[in-house]
Amino acid sequence: MNSTVTQLSAKINKAKDALGKLPSKMENQYNVFQIFFVNVANFSIFTGRFFKEMIKPPYEFNELMKQSYLIGYKSLSLVGITGFIMGLVLTIQSRPTLAEFGAESWLPAMISVSIVREIGPVITALICAGKVGSGIGAELASMKVTEQIDAMEVSGTNPFKYVIVTRVLSTTLMLPVLTVFNDVISMFGSFAGVNIKGDVSFHLYFAQAFAQLSFTDVIPSIIKTIFFGLAIGLIACYKGYNSNKGTEGVGEAANSSVVLASLMVFIVDIVAVQITSLFIN
Amino acid sequence: MMEQTAKNILDSKQNDVIVEISHLKKTFGSNEVLKDINIKINKGENLVVLGKSGSGKSVLIKCLVGLINPDEGKMIALEKNISELKIDELNSIRKKIGFLFQSGALYDSMTVRENLLFPLRDLKEISKEEKIKLVEEALKNVGLEDTIDKMPSELSGGMRKRLGLARTLILKPEIMLYDEPTTGLDPITSKEISELILEVQKKYNTSSIIITHDMACAKITANRMIVLKEGVIDAEGTFDELEKSEDKWIRSFFE
Ligand SMILES: Nc1ncnc2c1ncn2[C@@H]1O[C@H](COP(=O)(O)OP(=O)(O)OP(=O)(O)O)[C@@H](O)[C@H]1O
Ligand SMILES: [Mg+2]
Repeated sequence: MNSTVTQLSAKINKAKDALGKLPSKMENQYNVFQIFFVNVANFSIFTGRFFKEMIKPPYEFNELMKQSYLIGYKSLSLVGITGFIMGLVLTIQSRPTLAEFGAESWLPAMISVSIVREIGPVITALICAGKVGSGIGAELASMKVTEQIDAMEVSGTNPFKYVIVTRVLSTTLMLPVLTVFNDVISMFGSFAGVNIKGDVSFHLYFAQAFAQLSFTDVIPSIIKTIFFGLAIGLIACYKGYNSNKGTEGVGEAANSSVVLASLMVFIVDIVAVQITSLFIN
Repeated sequence: MMEQTAKNILDSKQNDVIVEISHLKKTFGSNEVLKDINIKINKGENLVVLGKSGSGKSVLIKCLVGLINPDEGKMIALEKNISELKIDELNSIRKKIGFLFQSGALYDSMTVRENLLFPLRDLKEISKEEKIKLVEEALKNVGLEDTIDKMPSELSGGMRKRLGLARTLILKPEIMLYDEPTTGLDPITSKEISELILEVQKKYNTSSIIITHDMACAKITANRMIVLKEGVIDAEGTFDELEKSEDKWIRSFFE
């Protein structure tokens, strides 16, 4: 397995070199495709290696806990504030439309369904793509530049396991947790929004909100966030770990981590919605 | 005389070859960094490597620990062929080879204590108290006892260098690879570090490759010296021999 991976990357590098030797006019035409496909291939190898190293003992449990704390706990306040405002604004914005149809009593149910199904997971994932993705991308790139990754390797520790597997697993585990937290806070925001112009008791509000929520709303959207987390972690680590352009590469890694991770969140979202609708109507 | 001491240490050892590099070649793109390198290091010997900036000194020792894959050539260290080892075997060999990075390569997100504990983390046979003791001892060796709870970013350049050295020495490796151990240090600390290198050699019978531009350090530590030029070994000899070399270019290192 290991040797096929190295063989494959050697082949890719050879192809890269060959393409690099094309006349300059052609080079420009090929460049975009070349970079794209080389990146896709390398990313696939990287992902494969992640799963392989993840399964293989020893497990870096302490580092996983530390990273989960850094990634999860340190994002709580940001996710919470965003969630609250989102719930509040969504409620205030939706009220006039529903009022026109005399369906104001549907407000809690509508908001809770849209938050749990779509808005909560996607907003949380985008926040994490920005905050966590850029953090991991920059950190790994600077570890690479300052030879810290090499130093781990020569001290007999597998840096892929210690640095990358733990970070990717942490984002994968923490994103569902953060999403649930975000959903709950959003509902409180929405409750506050409802009460700006009306007087709905806490009990009634939540009874209405949960009346329309079923497990077929909650479970698929939580599962979806696991893949969001995986995508964010993998992309940020890939970009950081493969940066080798010195200090300039650090900023670049952070930047492209965020851009690609955000894009990936939407792509995963589309796929997830399609898959869910196959099973649940 | 200091170089006399180094020589005496060597003379008392039998000449077992512990590192053997033959026909090592490494090219980056069109940049032929190493063309044909042949080196033998005996047990307990300090080999100093000289060469201009960019002549491939760092690449050479990175090849030896498997950080860079050479294009051609064979490297035997501790009776193992480095290029043919599986990753687990390579990792266990790496624990016996200390590597001091030119940049120090300290772990920014860890304290000084955690930096020093890192190489020890896989050692199950040592208790936690013993590990702490090792850390304190290693820090004392380089005169950094007071910094144990600081972050690397709070240390000066020279302190970072010394911490890097402490972290490398903590495993008491059989082979040491020093990449410019005294660069950026004042002459007094430089001398202390050079003497520490000599002391390590004496105490643990370590074999070392020392890359340096610092002739005072070379004079203290070298049993033998080689000069790297355009990807091959241009000259070889003791400190005194090279200092009196016919070649003006080689002599210019000593000025
Ligand atoms: N990872 C790499 N990719 C491409 N080229 C490299 C890489 N590492 C080193 N080189 C090239 O190899 C040559 C030798 O580099 P090396 O770092 O070994 O020099 P050095 O002899 O240690 O110099 P210095 O005394 O300045 O540290 C340089 O021309 C450098 O550009
Ligand atoms: Mg160097």
